[in-house]
Amino acid sequence: MTTTLYLPMDTTALSMGADDVAKALEFQTSANEQTINLIRNGSRGMFYLEPLLEVETEQGRVAYGPVSIGDVESLLAQGMLNGESTHPLYLGLTENIPYLAKQQRLTFQRAGIIDPLSIEDYIKHQGFIGLSNALKLSAQGIVDEMKISGLRGRGGAAFPTGIKWQTVLDAKVTSSEQKKYIVCNADEGDSGTFSDRLIMEADPFSLIEGMIIAGIAVGATQGYIYLRSEYPQAQKILEQAIANAYQDNYLGEAIQGTEHQFDLEVRVGAGAYICGEETSLLESLEGKRGLVRAKPPLPAITGLFGQPTTVNNVISLATVPTILAKGAQYYQDYGVGRSRGTLPFQLAGNIKKGGLVELAFGTTLADLVNDFGAGTYTGETMKAIQVGGPLGAYLPESQWQTPLDYEAFSAIGAVLGHGGIVVFDDSVSMTAQARFAMEFCVVESCGKCTPCRIGSTRGVEVIDKMITAHEQSEPTEALNELLVDLCDTMIDGSLCAMGGMTPIPVRSVMQHFSDDFITDATVTEVNKTMGKEQ
Amino acid sequence: MIANSKVESIEQIISEIVEKKVKIPGALLPILHDIQHHFDYIPKAALAIVAQGLQQTEAEIYGVITFYAHFQLNKPGRHTIEICRGEACQAMGSNALEQAVKSQLAVDFGETTADKNFTLEPVYCLGNCACSPSIKVADNVYGRMNSEKFAKLSEQLSLYKISLGEEL
Repeated sequence: MTTTLYLPMDTTALSMGADDVAKALEFQTSANEQTINLIRNGSRGMFYLEPLLEVETEQGRVAYGPVSIGDVESLLAQGMLNGESTHPLYLGLTENIPYLAKQQRLTFQRAGIIDPLSIEDYIKHQGFIGLSNALKLSAQGIVDEMKISGLRGRGGAAFPTGIKWQTVLDAKVTSSEQKKYIVCNADEGDSGTFSDRLIMEADPFSLIEGMIIAGIAVGATQGYIYLRSEYPQAQKILEQAIANAYQDNYLGEAIQGTEHQFDLEVRVGAGAYICGEETSLLESLEGKRGLVRAKPPLPAITGLFGQPTTVNNVISLATVPTILAKGAQYYQDYGVGRSRGTLPFQLAGNIKKGGLVELAFGTTLADLVNDFGAGTYTGETMKAIQVGGPLGAYLPESQWQTPLDYEAFSAIGAVLGHGGIVVFDDSVSMTAQARFAMEFCVVESCGKCTPCRIGSTRGVEVIDKMITAHEQSEPTEALNELLVDLCDTMIDGSLCAMGGMTPIPVRSVMQHFSDDFITDATVTEVNKTMGKEQ
Repeated sequence: MIANSKVESIEQIISEIVEKKVKIPGALLPILHDIQHHFDYIPKAALAIVAQGLQQTEAEIYGVITFYAHFQLNKPGRHTIEICRGEACQAMGSNALEQAVKSQLAVDFGETTADKNFTLEPVYCLGNCACSPSIKVADNVYGRMNSEKFAKLSEQLSLYKISLGEEL
């Protein structure tokens, strides 16, 4: 009898040794004359359990994890192929693991379940229903559905997707030889985020389907996925998935016998965080330095190669098939206030159970890091949580009851961004984190506008001067004032969010962690992180 | 590698790469990727050839190459090791890992070891943030990295390439 096993091939599972486990499984089962069918799926997103091995049984899929190469022999000896429960790594039915069972998976409904490269598997799990429904609607009808769904851009800016699509639908190309474009922003550079990567590696057809629908809606026939070069595994999987989609006539001319055409290509970035900013991304796609463009004109009207262009984040586009398949109202019923639907939150950093948690908007941060995350990895006290990437605020415990929705976060001077949640224990130096925020901007600024280019450099210098002054027992008040002033200048004067938001983490440290900003302990810690001997 | 009947010059190889992609819209980054993929870096000779192919100036091509951290104008060591400096990795001790790696290899970021085995680079997020700290070598990401694991990994990497008889 052949047993079907699932072992992920996403970046995290691989980084924890999944390929070695796969080799050991193949080798030892063949030595035992057992036949297995090993499917390399995408991860379920429970990264603390990777590599997570699943076995198909009559009751459903049974999980074991985290499996290392040394566990394979004992797993096989203890009846893993029959789904037996005696092994210490036995986790029961995958679907019943609370971390997964408590989630509301809409965008990630198929992640980790299907073979990411199999169109057949995709269709078996409700794939392409959204496309088939979209084909029954007019272009305006699709855009209207998007507006009703309440979906807002999941890249971080949270601009209503339907309104963006309407602008592109209404916009005209500059001449009859020109065309409109769908650009997928897969330059997921925020530290603490991996939802784009996971959907591309675990369910790439959902993104492809979303882009086809977007193309039909706004009248675009060419799509580009701008993928960061740090994601080679996502690139391999996406390129294979696109080739498979061409093969089965979901891409190319006369898609599934209709009059619609859509071509899709992956374009790889080159290690520039700023290219996640949409106008910088377009410059890069055009083969230039990724310098931010002044807006207006909006990319929706004058975008790639000067033509109307929809630039959407991976998660926004990968959510489109669900909205069209289940209806805008169904999606809209999730969430709170003006934050509708679900957001895939990403638990990262010093967290015991890190991974992807898709939930409707409205849960509190505390519930997420405690109920799902189970506290810090080190077991030490949780001190600060940075939400929304390197440009997001560091939140002190007093703010952890904030509900995770765009408006509630905005109200406390923080951002939800792309949903990344990075936990720090009490060994963190908040001074070092504030300094790093400025340093990151120095490294990644495109250099076009002065507040960002020069301001970030001055920011690092001022913080360094404060550290030196503190060490020499000199007053730091004047420098403190200078830093506040500098932050204001960057916020008010920068061309884009890079310079405009870099002060957010800095100010959050100054406001909420003043006891830890420029003090003896934190100064020592900063010097240590910079490799300076004491 | 299988010996070619005629050995192509660097210039010929670059010209072929340019020719293959020159017609696609926004061809510069794909061309630079292909060149770097072939040589592990972008040889100086590429500037003039790419500029001519795309009807741009060498200065424009140079400007693009130097804007992006991924593109290298100098030949790196056998293995490029990228250490993640993102906040999620910092929260799990990447600063200490960074110091340990620098001292073990006796190089700073952007430098290559004397034996040409390793080039060390910083990277800002590998998307492996739930299993941090992370490093990347070629296309492989390694999670939950620490200085002991790194020492073992670097030893394996040295042996691997040397045993294959590869020369720089």
